Amino acid sequence: MSTGDQTDRRDSEATFGEYGGRYVPEALMPAILELEDAYERYVLENEDGFMDEFRERMREFGGRPTPLQRADRLSERYDREIYLKREDLLHGGAHKLNNALGQVLLAKYMGKERIIAETGAGQHGTATAMAAAHLEMPCEIYMGRTDINRQRPNVYRIRMNGAEVNSVTAGSGTLKEAINETMRDWATTVETTHYVIGSVVGPHPFPKLVRDFQSVIGKEAREQVREQAGRLPDSVVACAGGGSNTMGAFHAFVPDTDVDLYAVEAGGSSLEIDEAEGLAPNSATLSTGTDGVLHGAMTKLLQQRDGQIVESHSVSAGLDYAGVGPELAHLVDTDRVTPVSVDDETALEGFHRLSRLEGIIPALESSHALGYVEEAHEDLGELVVVNVSGRGDKDLETVLEETEKRDLEAAPDVEVFTSE
Amino acid sequence: MNNPDAASTADSKIERAISENHPALITYVTAGDPSLEDTKAYVEALDRGGADLIELGLPFSEPIAEGPTIQAAINRALEAGTTPDGFFELVEDLETEAPLLVMTYYNMVLQYGTGEASRVSDSRAVEPRDGPDVRPFVERAAEAGLAGIIVPDLPAEEADPLREACDDHGLDLVFIVAPTTDGERLERIMSQVTGFAYVQARLGTTGARADVSGATHESLERLADYDVPKAVGFGVSEGAHATEIVEAGADGVIVGSALIDIIASSDGTDEAVGALEAKAAELKAGALDGVGDPGGTDRDAPEPEHP
Ligand SMILES: Cc1ncc(COP(=O)(O)O)c(C=O)c1O
Repeated sequence: MSTGDQTDRRDSEATFGEYGGRYVPEALMPAILELEDAYERYVLENEDGFMDEFRERMREFGGRPTPLQRADRLSERYDREIYLKREDLLHGGAHKLNNALGQVLLAKYMGKERIIAETGAGQHGTATAMAAAHLEMPCEIYMGRTDINRQRPNVYRIRMNGAEVNSVTAGSGTLKEAINETMRDWATTVETTHYVIGSVVGPHPFPKLVRDFQSVIGKEAREQVREQAGRLPDSVVACAGGGSNTMGAFHAFVPDTDVDLYAVEAGGSSLEIDEAEGLAPNSATLSTGTDGVLHGAMTKLLQQRDGQIVESHSVSAGLDYAGVGPELAHLVDTDRVTPVSVDDETALEGFHRLSRLEGIIPALESSHALGYVEEAHEDLGELVVVNVSGRGDKDLETVLEETEKRDLEAAPDVEVFTSE
Repeated sequence: MNNPDAASTADSKIERAISENHPALITYVTAGDPSLEDTKAYVEALDRGGADLIELGLPFSEPIAEGPTIQAAINRALEAGTTPDGFFELVEDLETEAPLLVMTYYNMVLQYGTGEASRVSDSRAVEPRDGPDVRPFVERAAEAGLAGIIVPDLPAEEADPLREACDDHGLDLVFIVAPTTDGERLERIMSQVTGFAYVQARLGTTGARADVSGATHESLERLADYDVPKAVGFGVSEGAHATEIVEAGADGVIVGSALIDIIASSDGTDEAVGALEAKAAELKAGALDGVGDPGGTDRDAPEPEHP
């Protein structure tokens, strides 16, 4: 039937159904149109061998392809075949490098002189700082104050790679505020600066551009699973913050309608919104959001009745965002992707379980996907691919702190580490 | 879809206010900063001081086009509990000679009247709400007596639904022209704009500055052939800036952050009212000083004083 290889198709529509578009201040529009032109020429048409250079750098600097590993203990536990796509083994420790290197290289081809980016977990900031160092571009990263505090290892890594970290104190000091601030910088410096957006969000062409750079995850996984298991999987499971590892893992499988696609969101502590406080104790945008415009795109959002965006929450900084990619919203509305969520506690259990059973310490983001497999494995079929979007070193402080508060089945006794 | 007839609607209250009071002073304050009652007093003070057109900000939680000053004002307004309904009631309460425009972000326009927030996924008993729609907002804006709308995160490419709704209700839709806007995009915007073209004086976000950007002159030159009033904003803070901008050929100057600075630093409502009235008078006088120079137009200077 399909080849799963549809990213090379010319694809210049600005919308996915009713989602997407370009809702940005006028000052940014010329740069966005310039980027769209560059996307079509360099990414879709490989002008000047752009995609060849990108793929070569992803191999040599990035460490692609990443393995698809059969998880023996999990397979035994769930009595089905569980395969892990090991994006945690990519350089930098997460899938984010696929996009960051792609965009920094594109900025170079476009003749831009400076790179800016926002970051939540710090993982995209790290990847962008690494890519910028690798390609000799000056780089500044905007990061919320709360996220700086909970993701310090990545703040250090960003600095090590020569980039500046700008602390954003507005609002709850997380990803949403960091994006606002990066857009403000971009509105001032747009003629020389490229904004490397970190997920499949933002104005067209970002959702498509980022998806195309990330789609290597699913392309590899699709080939690998056929080679190693002899067939396509029954389901693919990935965590969704903005949705870049989700779209990356899913894209090649979208035409394979027998393969179920599960986007696992952060259920936080509850799926209800506190209207009075303007807070969502979750980041489950696909599952509970309503349509609106944020950060340049029409998509699903966590918002109040009158249109104010609410502060989201997740134990995992990388999922803590009130929006989501427009293509993913569209795939959910058309029933191709199933949105699900697990709470903070289930994610923490997933974190400890994979660490203990398989010797892989996953990112708290990825732990949501693993938590969902624990909860729902009976519905996932005989052959399951789980995208391990990143590694969990960055999350150890949070995990210790959050584990101490709870009685988690899979966790070791952490008190020995936390008490002096 | 372009709307070649959109420009220069004959019955535009805004165009009339600008041409009759040329060169016009256009002021911005955020509604609800620090309360809606205060905003009423401030807007009336600006009207007395010489504002010919008044933009009222309907606060949105993610104001990506604003600098720190207006961002802080929006936060104060949201903390004070400002809602779209409260905003429209304020508009209905206001008695000003100057027509009023609303400035807000697209999501606020889309959500008005849809009546439902994000909800729990498995409470399927809740009827799916109507999709977001611009019409309830535009209808309410017209009913409240607003003369126009500015949406800084809505580029001309995405504006057809709002353009049509505004046309149906006789509201002007003002677009921003940035220093980076030229060629086909400039044509497209200028064919869609009604009321006035908002000329963004410099790249970046809003915020008071100590000087007038060189980009202003170039932008006005690029717009010279279009028959829509042009008003310059982003960074204007003093009468002398207004003079320079009018000398460069603008039909109006737009001042926001400098007024918010006054509100934020005043000791109470009365002090702010006095200071805002005086600031408006200074800016209006500055604008008038710019008339008659080579770049200016030959329209009659208006009465310098408001009753
Ligand atoms: C390891 C990892 N996984 C997932 C995410 C969530 O982002 P996205 O949904 O765009 O993949 C992040 C974001 O920082 C991350 O670091």
